Amino acid sequence: MTATVEERKAANKALIEEVLKAYPEKMAKRRAKHLNLYEEGKPDCGVKSNIKSLPGVMTIRGCAYAGSKGVVWGPIKDMVHISHGPVGCGQYSWAARRNYYIGQTGVDSFVTMQFTSDFQEKDIVFGGDKKLDKIIDEIQELFPLNKGISIQSECPIGLIGDDIEAVSKKKSKEYEGKTIVPVRCEGFRGVSQSLGHHLANDAIRDWVFDKTDPNKRPDFVSTPYDVAIIGDYNIGGDAWSSRILLEEMGLRVIAQWSGDGTIAELENTPKAKLNVLHCYRSMNYISRHMEEKYGIPWCEYNFFGPTQIEKSLREIASHFDDAIKAKTEAVIAKYKPLMQAVIDKYKPRLQGKKVMLYVGGLRPRHVIGAYEDLGMEVVGTGYEFGHNDDYQRTTHYIKDSTLIYDDVTGYEFEHFVDKVKPDLIGSGIKEKYVFQKMGVPFRQMHSWDYSGPYHGYDGFAIFARDMDMAISSPIWSLTKAPWKN
Amino acid sequence: MPQSADKILDHELLFREPEYQELFKNKKEQFEYNHSDEKVGQVIEWTKTEDYKAKNFAREALTVNPAKACQPLGAVYVANGFHKTLSFVHGSQGCVAYYRSHFSRHFKEPTSCVSSSMTEDAAVFGGLNNMVDGLANAYNLYKPDMIAVSTTCMAEVIGDDLNAFIKTSKEKGSVPAEFDVPFAHTPAFVGSHITGYDNALVGVLQHFWDGKAGTTEALTRVPDDSINFIAGFDGFVVGNMKEIRRIFDLFGVKVNVLCDPSGSWSTPTDGEFRMYEGGTTKEEVIAGLHAKATIVFQEYCCEKTSKYLVEKGQEVVALNAPVGVAGTDAFVMAISRLTGKPVPAELERERGLLVDAMADSQAHLHGKRYALYGDPDQMLGYTQFLLELGAEPAHVLATNGNDAWAAKVQAVFDSSPYGAGCKVYPKRDLWHLRSLLFTEPVDFLIGNTYGKYLERDTGTPLVRLVFPIFDRHHYHRFPTWGYEGGMRLLVNLLDEFFETLDANTIVTGKTDYSYDIIR
Repeated sequence: MTATVEERKAANKALIEEVLKAYPEKMAKRRAKHLNLYEEGKPDCGVKSNIKSLPGVMTIRGCAYAGSKGVVWGPIKDMVHISHGPVGCGQYSWAARRNYYIGQTGVDSFVTMQFTSDFQEKDIVFGGDKKLDKIIDEIQELFPLNKGISIQSECPIGLIGDDIEAVSKKKSKEYEGKTIVPVRCEGFRGVSQSLGHHLANDAIRDWVFDKTDPNKRPDFVSTPYDVAIIGDYNIGGDAWSSRILLEEMGLRVIAQWSGDGTIAELENTPKAKLNVLHCYRSMNYISRHMEEKYGIPWCEYNFFGPTQIEKSLREIASHFDDAIKAKTEAVIAKYKPLMQAVIDKYKPRLQGKKVMLYVGGLRPRHVIGAYEDLGMEVVGTGYEFGHNDDYQRTTHYIKDSTLIYDDVTGYEFEHFVDKVKPDLIGSGIKEKYVFQKMGVPFRQMHSWDYSGPYHGYDGFAIFARDMDMAISSPIWSLTKAPWKN
Repeated sequence: MPQSADKILDHELLFREPEYQELFKNKKEQFEYNHSDEKVGQVIEWTKTEDYKAKNFAREALTVNPAKACQPLGAVYVANGFHKTLSFVHGSQGCVAYYRSHFSRHFKEPTSCVSSSMTEDAAVFGGLNNMVDGLANAYNLYKPDMIAVSTTCMAEVIGDDLNAFIKTSKEKGSVPAEFDVPFAHTPAFVGSHITGYDNALVGVLQHFWDGKAGTTEALTRVPDDSINFIAGFDGFVVGNMKEIRRIFDLFGVKVNVLCDPSGSWSTPTDGEFRMYEGGTTKEEVIAGLHAKATIVFQEYCCEKTSKYLVEKGQEVVALNAPVGVAGTDAFVMAISRLTGKPVPAELERERGLLVDAMADSQAHLHGKRYALYGDPDQMLGYTQFLLELGAEPAHVLATNGNDAWAAKVQAVFDSSPYGAGCKVYPKRDLWHLRSLLFTEPVDFLIGNTYGKYLERDTGTPLVRLVFPIFDRHHYHRFPTWGYEGGMRLLVNLLDEFFETLDANTIVTGKTDYSYDIIR
């Protein structure tokens, strides 16, 4: 840690050159565009992004289906989401994202269930539309309290020419205008989960907003303080530990997108006065649409760690009157002692520890402040499926010389870690055991490693405890046998 | 304020605090527009009825909560079972992210696998370029000794030809001409993960035995005294392979285990990540051709493979994941018959210990009714074990089981008086099973992690003995096969029985007279 910024830059540059040597020449050229180090003052991180992954390199990315079914639609609890195609996609993503919700599963809520059309060869050959038609009938019979159905296309659907839009329209008519949403999120579309988010957002626009009578619920009375939480998937209860703060500020949260969300909440969102957006990457599209069509402003916020939370609460409050602003200051003051106690407890143990991140969505930048609140330093970060606007936003969080790796490959990540020797890595399940075997403490930063919530003040206490637990575990002193050097 | 630095509440307890309970209540009342509690209550009750069951079983198109995965998962499993072999799945990349996650969640181990990352342009023009570049990248970065290729449904739907693509890739210099690239078409819309296991395994065998896709001479079989062992797809492979090898060692028999991923899913934490560890070597694959016979431990995982082995002139003994006493007897007697060697005294002693343990404990399991679901072979093995304990395997279900399998399970029922009232359910899913657990309840459920939803809904205690197990750790490290494995199965069944009995009798002054200290 005695290295100067310039020394670190040189070391990171050398490291990038080193890993590129392993690739065939033309592939090294392509990968080179995705690896860099941040130069202070630059408008972005100096990497290309949202480009096709190279074949055969062990990308960590997923697909459009994962972005639509797994991220955006799956958590909407009172709808049935059909994984349309072969059995696997729905099976591997079944209840894996920890989108918490309250409801009677299988009766009025369906998040942790795997509905699939389980395509067989005949469905590929003859098409699956008739099967889909029947599936919708069977859902209506066996799950009569469902409030809507979404059809999440898997790869074959777009390849065999099925017309799921026609089936959706027909069935919607048959069931008195029922919300039935076809989503063209076949896994081969786009280059990552990201296009799936976009397609899912567009499907909400086209098949929910545009088909909903604005006066559907005359009993819904708006207030000047109505906001919607956009882009919080309630992983481990994140949206709840966020919502509680917005409510304490005096705001009325009329919808959660989409963790613990309902179709009614989606439909009512155009009545919001402000959309507050956590995961920019997966839901900026619908936020922009609501701004254009319904004139609803939106603001991004960051509920990781007290510094960012405080800033975000004030930013959100700035859209409202003085009463809200005053309450917001009270909320900040109320939680200050708790935050101080958490920091006093953990910071001495975590001060100066180096972190490397590789996650999706908003986290490669959003969690940096939370680590810094604990005295830790993020020395490398990258996005699975970020775009350039993510890398621009990242510059507000990172320090000069930070190692940047877009769509990192297994090979690169392993070598970076081997050389940078961080004290903690935050990434996903596929990476976890690789790095733990290397003796590096690890936390899954998609699923919160089955912990959480990490959002909000209540969540930060858990976050701090978890990071300390990972780094301070006595197990890391046992990885080398005592009889070896 | 619910949270404090001294006592940090996790999600389990945090959201039970009054602040959050109030939040939930308000959200529900003001914004969710749910059905009334009364209506929801009515439907809950209705789902427990015979009427609901009839409608549920009348389903023709919809699958809900199936107990099966798709072919490539089995192919990735197989590739992991060969020495220094990199699994390469041709098609969309998201699939590979899923297989890797799925295995890592079960084994708590890394799972290496690459994708050819086909996207829309490949859907139009075919994935040849992806194969060419992908093989080159994988070869250079991960330095495998072999790359085993399989396919996602995308590549299958557009009809990519692996044989031709691999040939072209070699011509273009992606990998050296002599580099081993066995392959298997593994369409996700045919069969399940066990079909993928079969296709991938026969793909490897054909590659080495039949002249490496026409590039060398086919090998000539020269029968010897060795025996091949093929395990089939097995979530307990880390524990089981150790046990199987020990059994063959006790016999003093040379065994060629064809596909052994136990090494790659069991590596130490000592500062080094081993991407490749253990696995069947090429020499062992070649030696396998000359074996006098092959024991296929799970018939339904190896239908094509078995046929191929028979064509090669080998005797194939196909078993159905035999466990417990009689099951293991059949297995060890098969080894004995094939090799002409007597069953080792050590194994006979272990058999006696298992019988001893079962005799000690059988009274607790006798007459208990079980529902079980999982892969077809495993269900046959478990059914037989339950019957020999005097328990009743009342509902036996396999989403990927066919009618022939069902007939076989029925025959096992028919062999025991305890099988009299039992029923087998091929091609059914866990939503069917939910109905059954309401209309024809049982005492215990045997299944995978997803069985916990049935446990929650129906109150049937779950014993986790089926892949995948995500929510309990390290079960895969212990064997379920062999007499030793039988002991483990027995203890699992007993633990759940005793835990349930204790939980049912724990109320002080009310039920705790039965909260016995000695059981």
